[in-house]
Amino acid sequence: MKAPKVAFFDFACCEGCQLQVANLGETLLELLGFLDLVEFRETMSERWDGIYDIAIIEGSITTPHDVERIRRIRQRSKTLVAYGSCATIGGVNGMKNSFDLEEILRYVYGEEARFFATLPTRPVHEVVPVEYFVHGCPVCQPEFLEVLKCALLGIPYHVPDVAVCVECKFNENVCFYERGLTCLGPITRAGCNSWCINHGNICYGCRGMVSNPNEQGFLEVLERYGVYVEFLTKRMDMYNSCRILKGAGNNNGEERTG
Amino acid sequence: MGKSVRVDVEYLTRVEGHGNIVVDVRDGKLKECRLEIIESPRFFEGMLRGRSIFEAQHITSRICGICACAHSLASIQAAEEAIGFVPSDQTVKLRKFLLDLEILDSHILHIYLLVAPDLLGVKSFVPLVENHNTVVRRALRLKKTCNDVCDILVGRHVHPISCTVGGFTKLPRPEDLEKMRNLLLGMIPDLEATVDFVRGFRFPEFERETEYVALVSDDDEYPLLMGDIGSSDGVRLPKREYRNITNEFVVPHSTAKHTRLSRDSYMVGALARLNLNHPKLHPKAKEVAELLGINPRVVNPYLNTVAQLVECFHCLYHAVDIVEEFLKTGLDYDEETVVGLNEKQRIPVRAGSGVGAVEAPRGTLYHHYEVDDYGRIVHANCVIPTGQNLRNIEYDMRKLVPEVLGRSEEEIQLALEMLVRAYDPCISCSTHFLNVTFVGRENPEGS
Repeated sequence: MKAPKVAFFDFACCEGCQLQVANLGETLLELLGFLDLVEFRETMSERWDGIYDIAIIEGSITTPHDVERIRRIRQRSKTLVAYGSCATIGGVNGMKNSFDLEEILRYVYGEEARFFATLPTRPVHEVVPVEYFVHGCPVCQPEFLEVLKCALLGIPYHVPDVAVCVECKFNENVCFYERGLTCLGPITRAGCNSWCINHGNICYGCRGMVSNPNEQGFLEVLERYGVYVEFLTKRMDMYNSCRILKGAGNNNGEERTG
Repeated sequence: MGKSVRVDVEYLTRVEGHGNIVVDVRDGKLKECRLEIIESPRFFEGMLRGRSIFEAQHITSRICGICACAHSLASIQAAEEAIGFVPSDQTVKLRKFLLDLEILDSHILHIYLLVAPDLLGVKSFVPLVENHNTVVRRALRLKKTCNDVCDILVGRHVHPISCTVGGFTKLPRPEDLEKMRNLLLGMIPDLEATVDFVRGFRFPEFERETEYVALVSDDDEYPLLMGDIGSSDGVRLPKREYRNITNEFVVPHSTAKHTRLSRDSYMVGALARLNLNHPKLHPKAKEVAELLGINPRVVNPYLNTVAQLVECFHCLYHAVDIVEEFLKTGLDYDEETVVGLNEKQRIPVRAGSGVGAVEAPRGTLYHHYEVDDYGRIVHANCVIPTGQNLRNIEYDMRKLVPEVLGRSEEEIQLALEMLVRAYDPCISCSTHFLNVTFVGRENPEGS
């Protein structure tokens, strides 16, 4: 069997998820034994002009140029993998969607704002069809390897659709709500093995929400805490702005800030 | 008859982020020479507005996957200063330790995966797997070990978890300290082999003296996390006056924000730090510097890679010293703190303004926040190292092109690409960069 051609591409992102590949250490060499890595701009100068068996996409779609480019990559790819939160749910790039785009352009780039064409942030699957999703900011390596195996074998990968709390309980962490703090674990998709909570921090929701999150109930819980409510509602859109805009129209929490 | 050359490198590879080089020589005269940045804008500073200052570290870490820890540390420093929080000595030491790991990790990536292929005459590390298997394995092993140490200290290297405003959410236990020390000491043979490896390289001979800018301090420690901003032309200013260091301005020909200080451009990064702070290097790093022929004044930008290797030794031994100290004194675990959104008001908040200035692997990185009485961010600004180097790279290219004009176009292109790579540009960070490629000219497919 010929080794499948695999390529990495990045759009609006920090390239940290690609770095997670370089961080595999010598395991990476074993991996390279199974596949033919044909493009990986962050660490390679090589180019490939044929068909990709697997194209792994990091980053969100945020410019008209991105839209054209991802469409062309899609046309040349048998399988597309959305890799990391920016690609799977829009991630932190989505926060800009809560602002007036003209205004935020002007704030960051001032007079030179006119040089930019920017669009509301979108995850990859809202522009082209995507076969596999690797969530997380950054992705966890074991899950990535699992998805890659599935993609190579052509079998489905099921993203866990239970809350981070499930894994967190297995890891015997003390619940932050018990400690008087708030955490996005109850509405966030598991699969990270409660990575952040294991290291003492709260969950920021980087893997996106479970498919049926009780957002209203969650907000009511949050409102019991004596914090500036706007902060709490905003926390939900740190990674999930794209979804909130799409699912709930204009309701991104503003009317609850009083 | 003068020579005409047009170099147009679209999608510069083996750098972090997206950039183009454009050089236009007509009849032996240099018409145009620029480094274009084509990263999609991400608006971090804009997005921070209205959010809690306690979220700034988590968000700004995502500016860059390679220097996520440096962004976190600059962000935390700015945030703590803004709200008037003073971290404990233990916290500061652990942050220094984290920055050592960050620089070590990033430099190893740069030396082996990004620069070495050029000097070995291949396009990437992939062909090296066949011909230089031990080298590739050594590189990946070094990289992995840095990551493993980071995993223990802060949960992971790409977007650290436990290093936040207020301190650390989880502190390493004695067995963790021991493990980290052993992992670090285990890197020494591989790092020493790296010295032999780099000594075997022939770096291009090119010199251009410029102004070098880095953190400076009055104590004996090689300043990476804290200090004033100093320059080789004698400038010294406190970090809150960073705008008078960077003097950002718009350049009509490239539309990217450039910086200048005493002259028309300056350099930041490993070479700048060595040029300013060579006497403060760890003795082991000094030995390596001497072995590699790096004296306190080096003006060949290609040797930034060698300066990085010297810093690898400094950071490794400095990190080991910190761990060994903690192994002796023990850590105060009562300092573990989970601030979250400050729900429990553990940290008093006040309106204010704060600047963080840290030495990221690629040079001095600034974060600046202003917050209101609620700790809500009302203004944010980040100035990243690559932005500061951009103008200096262009000046280097302008001097370099006439010197190499007799060579073939491929060789000229390679010399230019290698020059840009020597600066280890990190373009994802470049939240200030602009791109004219989106308008007018069609951007050729990068895929």
